Amino acid sequence: MAYEKRFDGRRFDEMRKIEAKAGVIPNADGSAFFRMGKTSAYVAVYGPKSMPRFFSDPTKGILKCYYEMMPFSGAGDRVKPGISRRAIELGSVIERSLIPVIDLHNYPNLAVDVFIHMLETDAGSRCVAINAASIALADAGIPMRDLVSAVAFGKVDDKLVVDLSYEEEAYDKGDVVDMPLAMVPSTGEITLLQMDGPLTTDEIIKLISKAKPYIKKINEAQRLALKNKFKV
Amino acid sequence: MAKIFKKDREIVTPGEILAEGMDIVAGDGTYRKETKIIAKILGLVKIERRVIKIVPLSGIYMPKVDDTIIGKIIDITISGWRVDFGSPYSAILSIKESGETRINRNNLTKVFNIGDYIITKIISVTSQNLVDLTMKGVGLRKLNRGYIIKVNPHKIPRIIGKGGSMINLLKQETNCKIIAGQNGWIWIDGNPKDEVILIKAIEKIDKESHLDGLTERIRDFIRELKRSIKRSR
Repeated sequence: MAYEKRFDGRRFDEMRKIEAKAGVIPNADGSAFFRMGKTSAYVAVYGPKSMPRFFSDPTKGILKCYYEMMPFSGAGDRVKPGISRRAIELGSVIERSLIPVIDLHNYPNLAVDVFIHMLETDAGSRCVAINAASIALADAGIPMRDLVSAVAFGKVDDKLVVDLSYEEEAYDKGDVVDMPLAMVPSTGEITLLQMDGPLTTDEIIKLISKAKPYIKKINEAQRLALKNKFKV
Repeated sequence: MAKIFKKDREIVTPGEILAEGMDIVAGDGTYRKETKIIAKILGLVKIERRVIKIVPLSGIYMPKVDDTIIGKIIDITISGWRVDFGSPYSAILSIKESGETRINRNNLTKVFNIGDYIITKIISVTSQNLVDLTMKGVGLRKLNRGYIIKVNPHKIPRIIGKGGSMINLLKQETNCKIIAGQNGWIWIDGNPKDEVILIKAIEKIDKESHLDGLTERIRDFIRELKRSIKRSR
């Protein structure tokens, strides 16, 4: 039996609902909230701030991302709080997808800390984290070329889909492919592309070529969030 | 011909195209890509003839030569004092620049002790942002009384206002002494009741600095506060 209808009733080319907010944590230098469907993240940015000597780079500032899932965030069991192998990997992946747009050359020996807390995780958490982190970094006044936007693409059974939910990732009657993608909207540079599951070259190209309108939509939500912060 | 897509004082986010054309100059907070000028930070657009730049709304204080700042002594070294001024970089005030002629090198705490606040001036900043300070100059001194409040350094120009209009208004309305350091630290000194009003007014400026007609609104705000305090008495 083929995958006919999505579990949450969306069209195959429809993203989940987006919600974005900037400046949600008063004590942070920059902060943001981002939600896609049932996945949401709070991000706090601190810095640029000084670092121990062995850690810092005298030619430019460095970016550090810390990813953490809240104990209650998962769909099933309690998530063990603290650093796990997956958290370290995701922190590093998110860091690398943001570094290409960030310009820290004026901040030698300093570091910018990005703390990502996932409140709810229903698949696509790294995309949501990247979207939120972009807003928070801009809110902190960090110089950057553009905001990075991210969304997952993939395939459930024989259908190409956008923005998979957890139910879809757990689909067991056929192949499931999850392909998170982060893009710099103005130039179309891809800063993150991961894939788990089998896809043909044609399918990958087809999915990537479809990405632009979705990225643009997310990007507009991010900009609006930043501007709304200053509305009185 | 050059085209400008944004209005003066409009809020822009990183990555937004501000203008197109080679006869416009990309100022602070922007970068040029081919013929386009694009925003690099979150802030307000400022168009000055042929230059387009962005006035930031957030971010840290970056030390600049000749800035008058307020600092806090955090450590004493062999040759002077280490000063914190609300930036990730710390500064050095050497004995030679302390403005005192007779100093007992074994007891520098007599001049400035740890925890003292000073009004000081930046004399040099290296490429790695090592900062040197001086106390030689008009009005540079240790602060013995009063109160320090901290705001975002990018809001200081609004707290001072055009030609000092805002800071003079604050001084007149509250009868407090105010010194605004470029690093976002503000020293105020006056009657405690007036200080409370002043702190509220400064907080309001910090929050609404990007809106027009600020001076009038602050004047009304202070007068309203004063009236309500009188009424409650």
